[in-house]
Formats: sequence, structure tokens, C-alpha cells
Amino acid sequence: MSAGHSGSATLPERIPVTLTVNGEVRQLDVLPWTVLLDLLRDHLALTGTKKGCDHGQCGACTVIVDGKRINSCMAFAVMKDGSNVTTIEGLAKDGALHPLQQAFIDHDAFQCGYCTPGQICSGVALIEEGRAKTRDEIREFMSGNICRCGAYTNIVDAIEQVIGANGEAGR
Amino acid sequence: MNRFSYLRATSIDEAVRAAAADPTSRFIAGGTNLIDLMKYNVERPERLIDITRLPLNRIEEADGGGLRIGALVTNDEAASDPRIRDRYPLLSSAILAGASPQLRNSATTGGNLLQRTRCYYFYDPGTPCNKREPGTGCPAAFGRNRIHAILGTSEHCIATHPSDMAVALAALEAVVHVAGPDGERAIPLSDFHRLPGDHPEIDTTLRHGEIITAVELPPTDYGRHYTYLKLRDRLSYAFALVSVAVALQMDGDTIADARLALGGVAHKPWRDPEGEAMLRGQPAAEDRFAAVASHILKDAKGYEDNAFKIDLAKRAIIRALSQAAAGTPQSQTDKRIQ
Repeated sequence: MSAGHSGSATLPERIPVTLTVNGEVRQLDVLPWTVLLDLLRDHLALTGTKKGCDHGQCGACTVIVDGKRINSCMAFAVMKDGSNVTTIEGLAKDGALHPLQQAFIDHDAFQCGYCTPGQICSGVALIEEGRAKTRDEIREFMSGNICRCGAYTNIVDAIEQVIGANGEAGR
Repeated sequence: MNRFSYLRATSIDEAVRAAAADPTSRFIAGGTNLIDLMKYNVERPERLIDITRLPLNRIEEADGGGLRIGALVTNDEAASDPRIRDRYPLLSSAILAGASPQLRNSATTGGNLLQRTRCYYFYDPGTPCNKREPGTGCPAAFGRNRIHAILGTSEHCIATHPSDMAVALAALEAVVHVAGPDGERAIPLSDFHRLPGDHPEIDTTLRHGEIITAVELPPTDYGRHYTYLKLRDRLSYAFALVSVAVALQMDGDTIADARLALGGVAHKPWRDPEGEAMLRGQPAAEDRFAAVASHILKDAKGYEDNAFKIDLAKRAIIRALSQAAAGTPQSQTDKRIQ
């Protein structure tokens, strides 16, 4: 099946894409070069996900796709057809913040806030992955998210709090 | 970014036929390098062939006892696979030394091999570059060249291959399986990437229209006698200035066999069979490691900003061999180098 066109001589046309974004099924017709980050921000008005470097170097655009955190600036939307996407807007449930969102507030884990949605999405996935146990491991597995204000210490504190709370709850 | 048409391939045959029919086409999977290059107008494919739906995403036992990693297995899936962690911890360690968790979740095994150099001039279409535009010159040789090569360079190009994974695969003597218009073939990892010579625009021996289907690891077991030591300007999420992959077969304190590959120093993962032979049958001793390091770097050529890499590489080789011989591989989370 050729998705949306046949032959390289024809002009590219919009391609139908279905994504489940924060639990809601969204159907869009997108141009092949539309990047997932731009689709979220410009087509779905979900501007919580930030454009930092736009080159996969800063992590501000981190979202969770089919359970995996990725840089949404480095993915064509058409290639994610059928995927389940969670952005910062989808983390709170029934008006209650996600525990990591609350932990960021508790620990003052941001200053300007621009990297924060990416930090939190990345941290939520990190906690789900269950690999990071120590502060060194949290730092290493959060290294894809740059914070120019330098709030790293408090970011690690916030993530450590949630990992610790999950550990307590699991006993 | 240029405009392009998009094909979602549903079979390897379809993907190969579509690519062979259009020299301006590119395969795309993880996209973590290609999309970046397209955003900089370094790559301007007129057609993208999406191969992510092809059945190349499994890690399977290979005939003869090795392991076969499908081309679409992500870097994270490979690094965290229990069989790879158990039997090829060097590969797992090297992958975890590279990129970030987000990139490792997207980037694939095949794409990792095909990623292009991070040379600043290659990435900037406002400057000449023989790799990007053959015949325009190499500003890196006389410009900023801190991250550039010291081994196997040519007057036309001093770029490095940036992969960590490929360095481990070179040491493990992996084989790249490809399918193309003329059928299937297998390419030893060491023959997959090439030196720049007179044609730095050609990174690999893969032909247009050929697709990587799998990377196969031979059955050799090095146990705990391995390490991936990566030195860089910051401790995480940075390309190697110098990296060393080592795998040793130990017989008591004697080295029965050795594999060693360097990253960050050449246009391809750098193997030196003579240097490896100097270790065979020898006791694991620092003076022997130093002799091997000197041998491997004997033809190294430094440039204005990167001459430090020659000494750095020698010391890294000595340290990596010591780590591997002792069975104390470098941790990729505790960054202290023991």
C-alpha cells in the first residue's frame, strides 16, 4: 500500500493520520514533512510541548509515544499513524496533578519553566521504565533533557520523591 | 526542509524496488539523524520510504549460536534485551554510552550504522565540504577540528563516524545482512564503513537500493572481560572524542585472544589486527598495553585542535585493556573511571 500517493512524479498530497492524543482519537490530514511536534502545537493547539533546539539535542519536546519517551521534533507525524501519544496536557487525571507534576512544585524543580513539560514527560517515562534507582542513575537517564536554568538538583529530588513514594506504596 | 513524497513500505521487496527506482529516495526508520539533516538542508531526499512497518524488529537466535538483531530493533531494545546484556554486555554498554534515552527509543540498529558524521562543516551548507558536495574542499583540515579524525584521514576529509554501537560491533566482529535489487549479501562490520580516500561522500559499502535487514553477532563469549570506555566533553549525551571497545578471552592472567576497536578517531570504527596480535598469549600487564597503544597510534596525525586525541587515545587504550583484563567494565552511570 502506498500511503496517499503513487509515484515520485506526483506532488505530495495530504495523508490521513489517526493518533490517540491524551486519550482522545484525532484524525488529521497531514503533509509528509509535518513533524509530530508541530502537529501537536500548530494543528492540535497543544502548546505545552515546547520547541527548544528542534534538533533532538535538548529534550524540551519530549512526549510519550506508545509508552516510550521520544523527541517529538525528530519524528514525522505521518510515520506515527495509529500511535498513542501522551503530552504534558494528558498527565493530570480528573483535575489532580500527576505525582511528578506535584513533586516538581514541592521541590521547586524549575526556574523559567520552558524545559519543564519535557522534563516531566521524560521523568514520567523514566519512572515507568523502572531502571533508575540511584541519583546517579536518575541523572544519567534524564540526560536527554537540558535545563539552561540549572534546576537539575531539584529535578532529581522531585523524581527521587516519586520513585521513593512508589517504592513505599509497593511494600 | 525540502518537499518530498512518502511511501509506507509493506514488504522488504517493495521497499527495495521503490528505492532502486529512485536515486533521490532515502529509507527512513527512527529518523533521528535523517530528519535532523533534512532540517539543515544537508539531506534533501525527494522521496522517503518509511520502513518502520517491515518485519525487522526482532532479536533472534542465529544458526550457529550467535544472535541476530533485526535492523528495526531500537537502540534501547537492543541495550536492554536480556540475551544481549548477558552474552554481549559490551554492545549493551556501548549503546547506553550513546545519545539519550529519548533518542535510543527511536533510533534503530540499521540507522545507527548509517548515521552520518557530526563534522560542523558537513552540517553547514554555507561552507564547503567534500562529503556533502564533492570537490568543494575540506575546511575542517584548516579550521575547527577538535572532534575530527586522527587515523585514516585523507586530504579530502577528516570526519569521524560518530557511532558508539558500531565500535562495539566492530570489536565483536558482527556481520551486517543486507537485501537489495540483486539479492541478499552479508558484509563484515569492518568492511561496512569505509575510509574517506578520494570519495568521502561515500560513507559505507552499502549500494543504493540495498536495505540493512539485520546485524548478526557471532557466538564468542567474553564473559566479564570487556569494557566500553568513552571520553567526551561532557559526561552524558555527547559524542566521543575517543572511545575504546575491548573484549578479551582470558586464560588465568594471560590474554588468550583480544578484540579492540576505537571510536571518535576515524571515518570508521578503527581496528588494528597487528595491535590485537601483540596481546595474544601475553600476560595482562600495563607495559604491554602501552606498547599496543603506541603501535595502534603510530601513524596518527593530529590537527590544530585535536592533536590531544593521540595521547588521549593511548591512555584510553591502556585503561580500557586494564578494565577488561580485570573484569571490571566501565559503568555508564557511575562516570568515575577506575
